Parts: sequence; structure tokens; C-alpha cells
Amino acid sequence: MEKRVTFKGWLLPLCLIAPQVVISAVFFFYPAGQAVWQSLFIPDPFGLSSRFVGLGNFEYLLGDPYYRSAFVTTAIFSTLVTLTAMVPALFLAVLADRLVNSAGVYRTLLIWPYAVAPAVAGVLWLFMFNTRVGVVAWYLGQLGYDWNHVLNQGEAMGLVVVASSWGRISYNFLFFFAALQAVPRSIIEAAAIDGARFWRRFFTIVLPLLSPTTFFLLVVNVVYAFFETFGVIHTITGGGPQQATTILVYKVFSDGFVGQDLGSSAAQSVILLVVVGLLTVVQFKYIEKRVHY
Amino acid sequence: MATVDLDNIKKRFGATEVIKGVSLSVQDGEFVVIVGPSGCGKSTLLRMVAGLETISEGELRINGTRANDLEPMDRDIAMVFQNYALYPHMSVAQNMGYGLKIAGLPKPEIAAKVAEAARLLQLTELLDRKPKQLSGGQRQRVAMGRAIVRAPSVFLFDEPLSNLDAKLRVQMRLEIKELQSKLGITSLYVTHDQVEAMTMADRMIVMNGGVAEQIGTPLDVYERPETLFAAQFIGSPSMNVIAAEAHEGALHFGGVTLPAPTGITGPVMLGLRPEHLSPNPDGPVEMQVMLAEPLGANTLLHGKLASGAGFTASLPGVHRVMPGEASLRLSIEPQNLHLFDAETGRRIG
Repeated sequence: MEKRVTFKGWLLPLCLIAPQVVISAVFFFYPAGQAVWQSLFIPDPFGLSSRFVGLGNFEYLLGDPYYRSAFVTTAIFSTLVTLTAMVPALFLAVLADRLVNSAGVYRTLLIWPYAVAPAVAGVLWLFMFNTRVGVVAWYLGQLGYDWNHVLNQGEAMGLVVVASSWGRISYNFLFFFAALQAVPRSIIEAAAIDGARFWRRFFTIVLPLLSPTTFFLLVVNVVYAFFETFGVIHTITGGGPQQATTILVYKVFSDGFVGQDLGSSAAQSVILLVVVGLLTVVQFKYIEKRVHY
Repeated sequence: MATVDLDNIKKRFGATEVIKGVSLSVQDGEFVVIVGPSGCGKSTLLRMVAGLETISEGELRINGTRANDLEPMDRDIAMVFQNYALYPHMSVAQNMGYGLKIAGLPKPEIAAKVAEAARLLQLTELLDRKPKQLSGGQRQRVAMGRAIVRAPSVFLFDEPLSNLDAKLRVQMRLEIKELQSKLGITSLYVTHDQVEAMTMADRMIVMNGGVAEQIGTPLDVYERPETLFAAQFIGSPSMNVIAAEAHEGALHFGGVTLPAPTGITGPVMLGLRPEHLSPNPDGPVEMQVMLAEPLGANTLLHGKLASGAGFTASLPGVHRVMPGEASLRLSIEPQNLHLFDAETGRRIG
């Protein structure tokens, strides 16, 4: 059946797509164009003039050990955030799905953290783990563990990962829970009759049926870890200690607005754009093939 | 090979009792059909046998041993679902072999058993397909295949044919029945379709409102329905039921008099099967024909009696009747009269 709508003139269709085009142009194409343009210049130390250097900024970045380590940090960070945000969410969704009584209460409580803005979540976790006044840090001290994410790189990474993932667990939970509810009951029953116990059923039947949702969440969470965790990192560690939590997006910010090197910052954001584009292409090309709809 | 015994099985959801005590003994290799209108509890009963619903009261014995508290997987049963419940991400072969794989059988053995079942069901060509690439009838066969590869003691069928079109349903009905008698596996089959029940069952159990109205062979139920409900549910078109008055060996309703068995007096419900009526100029029953449905082999005449009660007759061959005008006199053999208690609906003669 023909589902497309055919318009006679060109004015109405133009008006209909105009908002999307305008939004994309103002908030994406224009800044992206600016970034590409700026990435070709180096400003002087006072920001009064700039000099055209061609691909000099890119050349410098690729040879810069700090930039390369930011790549590694981003890879570790986004992997950890995606796993920490998705695995517990799936587990909680499975448990909530088994509930018969007061499922609504648990569901609502589990969704609440999503309502907390990332920067606020960052501050919450920062206070809990503050080396001097933090509740959790104090209890860890009582247990004989000297928590200090200001000095310890691993602890700093752990803290930003947890703080970034925490609110996302709710978001992922919501999707996993809805997907679990959509799995036909009779398929589960058929598997039960076939002799599969709960976890066997889960891994051989339920998980494959959830794969479209899992794939969607994978893409969304990786993008989240790349871009939207800025607030958390900024409030908790500021990229430290020793750049241990400086992910690519944070480096774009700190080089550009703290270090005032707009050219390099612009070049980094261009690279980031390309990386995320490639990542999404890879995800769709290779992982989606394994998804069963 | 197994017997299934239901001993006064009850099911309650909260305060509402949906199965009000059903007892049934299924013999080894017997094909028992549970038939009834939707909401009568027939699927719930089957699901209790499967172990998918808990049994509130009563005892279920499979092969003589109590099975109330066994997990579905420990009951040695296989079930075919209404929507087939095939695993969408697995091929036909994987679907059929899943239970065997869980049971830990070696791969070559699984492959052999799946191939054997596939051959039996003419699925050999389709073993590598995914369920969504199959037609309704093929999916139905895969669901059957999944049930038979495990060689269970008991087959459970939950309205397996209701998603198929009419022609395929007739074909699959025969195939299932044939397969069951070939394998000789005890089967419980739930349906709302009385034709399926009549054609497939060794014995059937007619359910209504959580109660077994009658348990018997299809012809028993047809010829001697125990209750008014069973009488009207089995047989198509359904039985005409008329309120009548019996006294002194005669039945009276709306100016019609029919012979009645002796010893019955007072108000009764009289049942006349449409196909037992025959046209007879001197017949006692007069109906006003409103509508004729020619089916080819026979003709259904819908109309009403002089008393205004709706009435249907099924006459062999083609009868051309002008709607609204024709009046027809019919007669019926005395042995084809069914009498039910006006209060309880139970058979009295």
C-alpha cells in the first residue's frame, strides 16, 4: 500500500520541513562549520589575532601524548559507563518483571534517579565521597580503606563512572522493563515446558528477544558517555587527577575555554564528530546484524 | 504412555472460583477434548495440568503419581499453544531441538530426532527457516514437531487450530488426529469449536462456568446430552429448546401436542435437534419460515412457531422457500425428543 503523501505545491512541504531544517542548521551545521573553519587556525596567546595553519592543529594533536591518552580514557570510560548503566538496569528490570504485587511502586522508585540532572548527580556523589566530609569516604575510612579520588586515578575514574551511570540505570531500566513486558508469555511458558529453568530461559530466550532494545540502548548510552557526562566530570574531578578522567569532550572544553587554544579545541571537536559518526556506523553495520526483530 | 487423573480439581483467583471441581480420568493413549465457550475455564484446566497455573484444590495424577507440585518440566508433558509460541530467533530445527538440548542430549542424537520428527510432519525442507518465514500451517506443524521430538507422556493442546483459516483447520485437524493415534500418546485438547471436539475426540468433556457438564464419547453427548447446556452446545445448528408442559404422557406447547415418556409431569424444557425434523403435511409442529439458508447438501430454515418462539429446522436437499410467507409442518420421531428439568436443566428423558 502506498503510504507516502503527495503534495501538489512546494510551499506546504517546505513549511513542514522548515523547523527541522532550521534547527539542524542553527544548532548543528553552523557550529560544526565554525568548528571546521576554526580548526584551521591558531590564535595568538591573547586571542587578538589568528594565523592560518591548514591541518597543523590536527597534525599536532595526533602526535600529542595527552590527546592520545584522552582517547584511551574515553574508551575505558564509555565502556565502563555503558556496562554499569546497562547491566544493573537489565537485572533490576528482570526482578521487577517477576513482581506480582506493588510492581508500580518499585518501578516508580527505580525511575526517580533519572529526574536528577547529571551535574546535580555529580555534586551528590561528590559530597558522599568527599575525602574530608563525605559519608561514604568516612565509612570506607572506618573499614580501613583510605578513599581519595583526588589523588588516586583509579578511584577518580570509578567515581565518575558510577556518578554518570547512576541516573542512566533508571533510563535503561525503563526500556528493558517495557521490552520484558512485551515478551510473549506463551514463549516463556513453552520454554519452561521444554525444561529450561529461569536463568537458562533468560539467556537463551529472553535476552535474544530483547536484542533490539539492547542495541538501541547501547547506541544511546555510548553517545551519552561520550557527550553528556561532561557535567559529572566537571563537578567531580575536573578531568583530574593527572588527566585521568579527561575524556575527549572534556578536553575540548578545557583546551578551548581554560587553555584558550580555540584552534586545537575546534580540531578536537571535528575529530570527535568523525569518531562518533564512525562508531555509529560500525554499531549499525556489525551489531545490528546480530539483532533479531 | 501415561494416564492422567483429575480428582475434583478446583481453581480460585482470589475469591472467584473459576474451576468448580472437575474430575476426569484419561486412559493411556486416549484423546480427550475439553470443549466449551470462552471463559468456561477450559484453558485454565489445561494450564493446571501443564503446571502453568497452580491447583487450588484437588489432586492431579500423571501416571498415578501426584503432580500438583511438580514444575512443568518435570511432568513429562508437551504443549502446543494457540499462538504456537515458537522461539522467533531460532530456526525450525533449533525450535524443535531446544528441549532436547536443555535435556543435555548429544548433538547428533538431537539432529537425528529432529530429522525424524521433521520427516513425519513434512518439515524437512524448512528446517533452516526462521518462524517468521513460515506460513500459519507450517508454524503449526513446527509447534507440533517441538512437542513430539521430546516423546512426552502427555500432549496438551490449547486451541491449536484457531489461528488457521477454515480449510487448513480441517486438514490440520485430520493430521493431528492421525499423528496422535499413530504415536499413541495420551492427549488433552482444548477447543471452543464443537466440530473439532466431535471429530477428534475419543471422549470429550463439555465445560460451562467452571463445571464439567458432561463427559462422554462425542456420539454419547450428541445422542444423550445430560444437560441443557451440553445439548445446545454440541450439534450445529444448535438444538431448539422450547418450554413445554408435560402431563398424562403428552407434551404441550403453543397448541402442539407430542407424545412424552410416562412418569413426567409439570414444566419441562423440550429439545428438538433441527436435523431430526422432517417435513410432513400431517406433522404436529408448524413453523413460520422467515429465512432459508441453502447449504447445498441441506437447507437451514429459520423461523418461529405459532407461539412466537424461534425455531430452526435442517432439511436434507434444497428447499426453495419464500421468506416470510411459507408455513411448514414438521414431524419428529419420539426417540429424538430430549427432555430437561425446567429448573436444573438436567436430563429427565
